[in-house]
Amino acid sequence: MDFKDTPEEAAFRTTARAWLAANAPEFELPAGVHIEDAEEIRLGRAWLARKTANRYGSILLPETYGGRGGTIMEAVVFAEEEGRYRLPRGAYVGIGIGMAIPTILKHGRSDQVERFVGPTLRGEMTWCQLFSEPSAGSDLAGLRTRAVKDDAADEWVVNGQKVWSSWAHLTDWGVLIARTDVSVPKHKGLTFFVVDMKTPGIQVRPIRQISGLKDFNETFLTDVRIPDTNRIGAVGEGWACAMTLLTGERLGQGGEGKDRGIIDLIRFAAQTPRAEATALDNSAVRLALAGAYAEEQAEKHFQARLRTMISRGENPGAAASIVKLIYSNRYQKTSGLAMEIREMAGIAHAPDDTFTPELWYDYIWSTALRIAGGADEVLRNQIAERVLGMPGEVRTDKNVAFDKL
Amino acid sequence: MNFDLSDEQKMLGEQARGLLSARSTFDRLRALIDAGFEWDEPLWRELAEMGFLGAAIPEVHGGLGMSELDLAVISQELGRANAALPFFSSIVLAADAIRLAGSDAQQSEWLPKLARGEIVACFAYAEGSAGWTGGAVKARLANARLIGTKTPVADGGVADIAVVLTEVGGEPGLALVRLDQPGVTRVKLASFDQLRAHYSLIFDGAAAEVLDAQPAREVLDQLFDRAAVQAAFEGVGGAEACLYMARDYAMERQIFGRSLAGYQAIKHKLADVYAGVELARSAAFYGAWAAADGGNELPAAAAAARLQAIDAFERAARENIQVHGGIGYTFEANCHFYYRRERTLALSLGGRERWADRLIAHLPDLRSEAPDHAKAA
Repeated sequence: MDFKDTPEEAAFRTTARAWLAANAPEFELPAGVHIEDAEEIRLGRAWLARKTANRYGSILLPETYGGRGGTIMEAVVFAEEEGRYRLPRGAYVGIGIGMAIPTILKHGRSDQVERFVGPTLRGEMTWCQLFSEPSAGSDLAGLRTRAVKDDAADEWVVNGQKVWSSWAHLTDWGVLIARTDVSVPKHKGLTFFVVDMKTPGIQVRPIRQISGLKDFNETFLTDVRIPDTNRIGAVGEGWACAMTLLTGERLGQGGEGKDRGIIDLIRFAAQTPRAEATALDNSAVRLALAGAYAEEQAEKHFQARLRTMISRGENPGAAASIVKLIYSNRYQKTSGLAMEIREMAGIAHAPDDTFTPELWYDYIWSTALRIAGGADEVLRNQIAERVLGMPGEVRTDKNVAFDKL
Repeated sequence: MNFDLSDEQKMLGEQARGLLSARSTFDRLRALIDAGFEWDEPLWRELAEMGFLGAAIPEVHGGLGMSELDLAVISQELGRANAALPFFSSIVLAADAIRLAGSDAQQSEWLPKLARGEIVACFAYAEGSAGWTGGAVKARLANARLIGTKTPVADGGVADIAVVLTEVGGEPGLALVRLDQPGVTRVKLASFDQLRAHYSLIFDGAAAEVLDAQPAREVLDQLFDRAAVQAAFEGVGGAEACLYMARDYAMERQIFGRSLAGYQAIKHKLADVYAGVELARSAAFYGAWAAADGGNELPAAAAAARLQAIDAFERAARENIQVHGGIGYTFEANCHFYYRRERTLALSLGGRERWADRLIAHLPDLRSEAPDHAKAA
């Protein structure tokens, strides 16, 4: 067991750090200042283009596709070093690299790989995800958006509604899953497409969220025509494509986020005056924060164990679900605790206080984190079933044709 | 980075697990309790023969000279088996204290005997609810004579010698005392864990020698940190045993016409137990690495491992009985061994408060570097 970099890892870290020092600062987002979405995505495209031109766009993809052909540990090292800067790396680039590319590489034809992978990696093509629907979230396979083939035109005609499509108002392409056959059970009648977001019939509307922001959308598809050449994988293979894509999503989780770090909350408590000197001298606060810090460290070391497994070619499977489950719950608990440490000032703040609104946002956003990308309950089921070998859920709809449900 | 046990360490763990699962069965544990035995002495001899007792004792003193992580692998298996053995007292605490603070002569006199299991040592630190930090230690050593009462002392009944935390000339000191002498009185206490008997040791002018190669104040923190890492592994082993006991029982049990394990109330509970076990194991790995190689990272790493292990084992031990239902409340169902051991482990070495304090005391720059958002507070 050794936590230190191997000589190869250390050499790569030195190289990456020097390259980042020379290149990253000009793309950094200003601290504490909100910039327009369009400006952020422009910066994001430019940063990705710069990275890809220098073989840092994707550490793992083979060089033939524009990647570096590196190891998982090099990817980890680069992510750590890149994480030292406030860079534009939101879903507008994340969905393309982490979801669209792996799915197209695994299920797409060579001309599709040719057409989409390079431009995505160079920041020329940005992506959104058209998966969830108002009545299909955790039960994604219950989705109702229909795609009907128009054989004469060799096109698919799509009608339906998608929700939680981040950045759909500004991205170029979407990954879409739709129902192409209602006469078979729900998982079997799905097909995977990529869709140009400028196609007529696509209407993107912002959703007013509980945070007060509108950073997610709902996307309406009305007689949207998608050429059959933009179908990825076989007709009816959509569920397998979706699983490939969601695996990319799970592996991408936990490494970044809005985490201010428990150490910052501990510092904050140490600097908040109280009868017992500071809030940190209160034993309840102390125990809660020490416990959260210990858990945060344990989670980091757990991820190191996962990386060790992956680097040996082993698949950690559903055990990796722990990371998101633990992280999002801690995030909610500690954001709430941070509000409590402020006492009454935690519920109403003065005009010059810029910190309290950040806490409020964290506390509210944590509710979304516990639902998105695998809700707590889905993750617990996965751990129980796939790691502990406990029985699957009762599924009354599993073998019934979708149109008979 | 390579964050896993080596193949040799995995083999060592399997070897220990094989021996303990064959010898330290639940039937055996129940028989020990019914017979009023305080330890499984024949099993202790077997552990000695296999080299487990001397795993981390230097080769020059009759051990195998292995690392903290090797010792940790054994601690984890002892926790899994809930073994009735004085390993934590004699090896993790007392032998390590002698190694850290003892002279060459003291080490070569005592460590080989401990490694071979010829004698058992206990480590006497607490003085009742007063604890053992600050001015709480009232035991005094003067002119090689020890006066005072240490309580509770785990395995004080089966030990031949004690390493005692005492005051020596106004400073903390570690003294070595033979227990079979006039001037030593052992009083057996009622212990929560029926397989780990605690005693009061009353010293009234007992002959004692100071471990004098290193001042105790320089080794005590390190000793407790290193023991905390081993306790964390013991807790992880126990927690994992509880997890799979509960899982296996739920898989077997039919309720309302189907397997108990098919209900989300049970699945989600055990998923949380599993997450706790894996986090605690990860923190314990880091603690063992820090004990072996990490230098000044040990205090925070040990404290984090300790806190995570207490959380994990506590949840696992409680939910194990809950999943078993009424049968879990019976002596025959075996859940109680872990339920009692968990509290004993959690409160030994000081509980959450002590380790939360230690963790926070070893975090970097709590005051110097105010984050931007705190300045606005």
